[in-house]
Amino acid sequence: MSAVSTQVETHSHAEDQSTAQWLWSILTTVDHKTIGRLYLLSGLLFFVVGGVEALAIRLQLSVPNADFISAQRYNELFTMHATTMIFLSVMPMAAGFTNFFLPLQIGARDVVFPRLNAYSYWLWLAGALFINSSFLVGAFPDGGWFGYANMSGTQYSPGPAMDFWNIGLMILGLSSMTAGFNFITTVLNLRAPGMSLFRMPVLTWMFTVVQFLVVMSFPMLTVAQILLLFDRNYGTNFYIPAKGGDPLLWQHLFWLFGHPEVYILILPSMGIVSEVLPTFSRKPLFGAPFVIFSGILIGFLGFGVWSHHMFTTGLGPVADSAFSLTTMLIAIPTAVKIFNWIATMWGGKLRFTAAMYHAVGFIALFTIGGLSGVMHASPPVDLQHQDSYFVVAHFHYVLFGGSVIGLFCGMYFYWPKMFGRMLSERLGKIGFWFFFVGMNLTFFPMHFLGVQGMPRRIFRYEEGLGWETSNAIASVGAVIIAIGTAIHLYAMLSSFLRPQDAPSDPWDGATLDWAIASPPHHYNFAVIPEVHSDRPFWDEKHENGPVVSQEKLAGPGEHHVPMPPPSYWPLVAAFFTAGVFIAFMFGKGADGFDLEAFKVQVAIQSVFALGMLLSILAWIREDATHR
Amino acid sequence: MDSVAHGSGHVDHHEEHHEERTSLGVSNLKLAFWVFLASDCFFFGSLIGTYMSYRGKSLVGPYPQDVFSVEVTSISTFLLLMSSLTMVLAVRAAKIHQQSKSESLPLTVMGWMWATAAMGAIFVGFQVYEFNHFYHEGLTLQGNLFGSTFYTLTGFHGTHVAIGVLWLLIESCIWIPMKWIRGDFADRVDVTGLYWHFVDIVWIVIFTLVYLLEFVR
Repeated sequence: MSAVSTQVETHSHAEDQSTAQWLWSILTTVDHKTIGRLYLLSGLLFFVVGGVEALAIRLQLSVPNADFISAQRYNELFTMHATTMIFLSVMPMAAGFTNFFLPLQIGARDVVFPRLNAYSYWLWLAGALFINSSFLVGAFPDGGWFGYANMSGTQYSPGPAMDFWNIGLMILGLSSMTAGFNFITTVLNLRAPGMSLFRMPVLTWMFTVVQFLVVMSFPMLTVAQILLLFDRNYGTNFYIPAKGGDPLLWQHLFWLFGHPEVYILILPSMGIVSEVLPTFSRKPLFGAPFVIFSGILIGFLGFGVWSHHMFTTGLGPVADSAFSLTTMLIAIPTAVKIFNWIATMWGGKLRFTAAMYHAVGFIALFTIGGLSGVMHASPPVDLQHQDSYFVVAHFHYVLFGGSVIGLFCGMYFYWPKMFGRMLSERLGKIGFWFFFVGMNLTFFPMHFLGVQGMPRRIFRYEEGLGWETSNAIASVGAVIIAIGTAIHLYAMLSSFLRPQDAPSDPWDGATLDWAIASPPHHYNFAVIPEVHSDRPFWDEKHENGPVVSQEKLAGPGEHHVPMPPPSYWPLVAAFFTAGVFIAFMFGKGADGFDLEAFKVQVAIQSVFALGMLLSILAWIREDATHR
Repeated sequence: MDSVAHGSGHVDHHEEHHEERTSLGVSNLKLAFWVFLASDCFFFGSLIGTYMSYRGKSLVGPYPQDVFSVEVTSISTFLLLMSSLTMVLAVRAAKIHQQSKSESLPLTVMGWMWATAAMGAIFVGFQVYEFNHFYHEGLTLQGNLFGSTFYTLTGFHGTHVAIGVLWLLIESCIWIPMKWIRGDFADRVDVTGLYWHFVDIVWIVIFTLVYLLEFVR
C-alpha cells in the first residue's frame, strides 16, 4: 500500500485536475492549509449573510414607526445576526488563521491529528447549515443568541425554531472542542527543535490561549443546552419556575461560557495585530512576554467575570462587588497590550500598508470599546446601561472595531501566504476607510441612544423620543460598512483572477511562516528548521543568524516528505455525528414527554450512532493499514 | 488517530515502530486525551453544580431518602473502583508485553481488559436496575427537580461508563488481535486507562455528593 505517497508539488498540478477531482480533493483533504482556507472562506460567506441581516435590522430602525419588518421577523433577524456573526463568521475566520498559521509558525508540517482537523471543519459546516436550514421550514430561531431561559423553553418558544438553534449550536460546540484538543496538542507537542514556548510568535500564543478557553468553556454551554433540550423535549424542570427550577441557572451556565467566548473572539485579532505592528514598524514587539502573559491573564480572568452580565438579576452586593472587581481587573492586562502596541510603533520605521491601517484602526476602536466596557463594570452604572443601546455600542466597538477589523487586518497581511496572491493595497485602504467611517457612524450614536433610554431588541419606536437622528445616522453608517465589505470582497475575489504573484516574504516578516513558499508546499517544511530565537527568519535575514529558510535548507528536488494521505472518513464521521444530534429534533413531544416521539428519535439516533461507530472504526483501521 | 511525526526531511519508510518525536515527550494521543479530560471536568462540573444548586429544592417528592438504597449502590461503587485496579493491571501487562518485544497475542492484557469491561458492564447493569426501581417508586425525570437532576447527572455518567466498556471491548477484541495498534501499544492501553480512571473518579465525587451526603445527619 503506497498510500503514504510523497507529494512533490509541481506547479501545474492543480490545472490538470478536473472539477470533480478538485472537489474530491477538497472533500477528502486533511491538509491544515486547505482546511484553513475552507474555514476562512466559509466565515467570509457567513459574514455577508450576517451583514445582510444587520442591514435589514438597520432598515427597520432607520425611521420611527417603521413597518418594513414584522416584530417576529425582527426577533429572528437579531437572533440570527448575532449567532451568525459569532459562531459562523468570526470564530471560523479566526479558525482559518489558526489552522493555517499555527503549524507554520511553530515549524510543523501539519497539526497532530490531520483527520480530526478535517472532521472539525465538516462538523462545523454541518452545524452552520443546520441552523440556517431552519429557514426552509419557516422557523428561524427568535430567542436571541443568548437563548435565555425560560424564553427559550416550550412555553414561550413552542415551535422548532429554538430546537434548530439549540441543537445546531451543540454541533458547533463539539466542532470547536475537537479542534481545541487538536491545536493544544499541536502547540505543546509539535514544535520544531529549539522552538520553546516563549519563542513562539505572539499570534500562536493568542491562538493557544483561545483553544484553552474553547475546551474549558464550551462544555459548560453544552450542559446548559442539554438541560434546555431535556426541558423542551422530555418535560424536565431545569428552567421551569413553576416546578422549582430557576431560569438563572441558564444565565450562570451560559455566561460561564459566554464571557470566555468574547475572549475567544478578540484574542485572535489581538494576535494578528501583534504580528502586523512589529512587521510594519521594523521593530520587535515591545515587551512581547508582557503581551503574551497579558493574553494568558485575560484568559484566566475571563472565567471569573461572568456575573457582570447579570448585575440586574439581583445577586446581592457581595457578588456584585466581587464580579465588578474582577471585571475591572481585566482592564489591566488589556491596557498593557494597548500600551505595548503603541510603544512598538514608537520610533519605528512605519510603513502604512493596508494591513497596518487596519492594525492602527483596531487599536483606536478597540480602546473605545474597552473603555465603555470598564464603565459597565460598575454595577450602579450597569443598572442604567443594561439592555440599552449603550451595550450594543460597546460590544460592537470591541467585536466590529476589534475582532472584525483585526481579522481583515489579517486578510491583507496573510492572504499572500494563504493564496499566493497579493491583495490590492489601494482597495484595502479604501475599504478600511469605509469600515472605519461606517462603523463609527453606526455605533457611536448608539452610545447616546442607550443613555437616552432606547432599549435593545425593540423593533419599532415612536416619534418624538429624540432617537430619530441617531438612528438615521446609524443606518447610513451600516450602508457604508456594507460598501466597505463589498470593496474588501472585490479585492479578494479579483485576486483569484490574477496569476499567483506573491513572493514568499512580501512584508519582510520575522517568523517561520515567511521562510517558506507562498502558498506553502503541501509538506510546509522540506527540512524542519532549528530555531534559536523568537524571530528566526528575521535573524537569518538581518542578523546573520542560523538559516531557517527552506530554499537554503533543502536543495531542489530532494523533498521527500511522507504526509498523511487524504481520507473521506472525517466527512463521513462528521455526517453521522451531526445526524446523532439532529435526531433530537424528532424526539420532541407535544407537551412534555412523548414516548412515541422518543422512540422515533432513538430509532433514528441508533442508525446514525452505528454509522458513527463504524466510521470511527474505519478511521482507525485506515491508520493501521496505511502505516 | 493518525499523527504527524516530526523528523528530518528524508524520513525513510522503514521506520518500523513509528516513534513519535514530540516536544513534551508525551505521546500526542495521550496529551490530547489529557486535554479532553480537562474539558470533560468542566462538563461534569457543570452537571454536578446543577445537581448541588437544586439539591433539596424539589417541591414534591419522592425525595432522595425515599428511594436511595446506599447498600446496593455501595456494591456497584465497589465494583467500579475495583475495575480501576484491573485496568491498572492491564496497563502494566501491556508495558511488560511491549518490553518483551513478543509477537504473540497479549492475552494477559486482553484478559484484564475483559475483567475491567465486565465490571463496568455490571455497574451499568446496576444503574439500569436502580433507575428502574426508582421509577417504580415514583421518581421520574419530569416529576420533580430531584428526578430531573439525578437522572441527568447519573445518566451521563453511566453513558460515559458504557462508552468505556464499548471502547475496552473493541480495543481488546478488534484492535489488539487484528494488530490495528502498532507502534506504542502500551501507550494506547494507557490512554484507555486514563479515560477509565477519570470516569471512576467522577463517580467517587457523584457517589459522595449525591448518595452519601443524604445520610449525613
